[in-house]
Amino acid sequence: MNKLLRKNLLAGPYLFWSLGFILIPLLLIVYYGFTDREGSFTLSNILSIMTPEHRKSLWLALELSFVSTVICLVLAYPLAMVLRNRGMGRGSFIVFIFILPMWMNFLLRTMAWQTLLEKNGVINGLLAALRLPPQGLINTSGAIILGMVYNFLPFMVLPIYNVLCKIDDDTINAARDLGANFMQTLFLVWLPLSIPGIISGITMVFVPALTTFVISNLLGGSKILLIGNVIEQEFTRGGNWHLGAGLSLVLMIFILISMALIAKYDKNGEGSAF
Amino acid sequence: MKRKTWTLILTAAVALPLLSGCGTSSEGAGNGQSASEQKNAGELYVYNWGEYIDEDVINQFEDETGIHVIYDLFDTNEEMYPVIEAGAVTYDVVCPSDYMIQKMRENDLLAEINFDHIPNISQIDPAYMEMSKAFDPENKYSVPYCWGTVGILYNTKRLEELGVAPPTKWADLWNPKLSGEILMQDSVRDAFMVALKRDGFSMNSTNENELNQAKDALIEQKPLVQAYVIDQVRDKMIGGEAAVGVIYSGEMLYVQGEVESLGLDYDLEYVLPEEGTNLWLDSWVIPKNAKNKENAEKWIDFLCRPEIAKANFEYITYPTPNKGAFELLDEEMRNNKTVFPDIDSLTNSEVFTYLGDEVDAVYNDFWKEVKAN
Repeated sequence: MNKLLRKNLLAGPYLFWSLGFILIPLLLIVYYGFTDREGSFTLSNILSIMTPEHRKSLWLALELSFVSTVICLVLAYPLAMVLRNRGMGRGSFIVFIFILPMWMNFLLRTMAWQTLLEKNGVINGLLAALRLPPQGLINTSGAIILGMVYNFLPFMVLPIYNVLCKIDDDTINAARDLGANFMQTLFLVWLPLSIPGIISGITMVFVPALTTFVISNLLGGSKILLIGNVIEQEFTRGGNWHLGAGLSLVLMIFILISMALIAKYDKNGEGSAF
Repeated sequence: MKRKTWTLILTAAVALPLLSGCGTSSEGAGNGQSASEQKNAGELYVYNWGEYIDEDVINQFEDETGIHVIYDLFDTNEEMYPVIEAGAVTYDVVCPSDYMIQKMRENDLLAEINFDHIPNISQIDPAYMEMSKAFDPENKYSVPYCWGTVGILYNTKRLEELGVAPPTKWADLWNPKLSGEILMQDSVRDAFMVALKRDGFSMNSTNENELNQAKDALIEQKPLVQAYVIDQVRDKMIGGEAAVGVIYSGEMLYVQGEVESLGLDYDLEYVLPEEGTNLWLDSWVIPKNAKNKENAEKWIDFLCRPEIAKANFEYITYPTPNKGAFELLDEEMRNNKTVFPDIDSLTNSEVFTYLGDEVDAVYNDFWKEVKAN
């Protein structure tokens, strides 16, 4: 009994933290989302997702984050396989190199891309030196996707790498012994065994990409409106917290879906990134 | 005004530990002095724009009065308003813009200033008190701090290459030859100001037809626009990224200085569009729930002193309405028409007024349509 109490006490700071900084703010969002300026109940904030501008920006955000998630997956999986095969020593050094940029602020790294992509930027400077015509790179959907892939790629690599490391070499060797070629091993052994990592990687890339407003602001020149930008505008400039909160609740549906996916495919938390 | 948002976020991101270090040390110094010099003269909660004061001025005020200043920052008027309205932190003195002062006044959030405690009000040029009447009809609630205009900054060399004459009016920002060369302001009222003024309407229009026309104009212009930005207009123009940009006049001193010190092979020039523009004023006000009203009045009076206003002008580089400070400037600066345009030449310019929550919502919806298009 005494032991149990002590254990619970240890959880106290965390409980306090999650109550104060997760649960209460979340409840406030729910309150704002379902009320209007006069404080009476309304569904209009939630339903406003159906207006053409909001629908369009949500759709665009889904599109761009889907594309970047796919690109991340295609880039990350082979990389994770290479890392695993390198064994712990050198592999972990590459992982370290990979995580290193994450120590720098995310905003700074995105602004650096601005400098690279600009009209008189580094990339166009190189093109000009090679006597190639300059490209309009910045302020396009492509630039936003690039920003998303660049910023969120580590979140795809790490969970997949973690899961791959847990696959026994004997399993792979057994597949080879039984005559499976590389493609067969990949699709029948590697992939099925790494699904928890893939799912958690997908959600860890898709959710932040869907809700971002900084990347689209900096690399899209504010010309491309994503749902995250709409919400940000409502809070900081429109002064309509109720609408902003309502739209955030709509976005939360997607977050819940991804949490459900993780719960289904990653029961033991194998695919967690860290 | 709205510039420097990113600079602020960036600085915060990079140097948060550093900054907080500075904060505590300067506060400590202030405390020590006030304790040693005289009796505790109380506190003053100041709420101001980022980079909108020379920090030495704060220390000087603390040393002189023994009042301990708690100084907080905001990025947009819209962000500041709910904070004051909710009253969880009671600020004693705040520096909002014109239309927001009107909104605060109409919603009964402001206290009348006792001008007997502000003798230095005589230093403020009466022309700006007159200008303030657009949002504070009886000059009871606000004391002007900075003002300025919004105009077009253009790159002479780039325009020559494109074969476009230098712009003289807002309508020039719809020239198809400038495709991908235009930087617009990324804020609702500023963007609509450009479109409304172009068609000869008031930038405070509440007429649905006029607003629709402005919205369509902005949608028509969007393919030509390189980006909607706020403070980056300055750096992008200096970097030669675009040919024309809509910019706050206060940035011009910095731009001119940079062009010179970087030895650029192009000139950046500023023009006030002939259709008229946004004449803006940021003024000090005292919220109704202020706990240290007299200290707030001391603060305002202090900032109205010519030497102090001059120090602030040199730091902020936005034009000062303080005629005492203006006279302290050297002649070249006084004749800099970009920074200090003749007020008489601004007859068709206007000051933003608060249009009510409903009209604000219309503006916001229309702006979203422009952006989503």
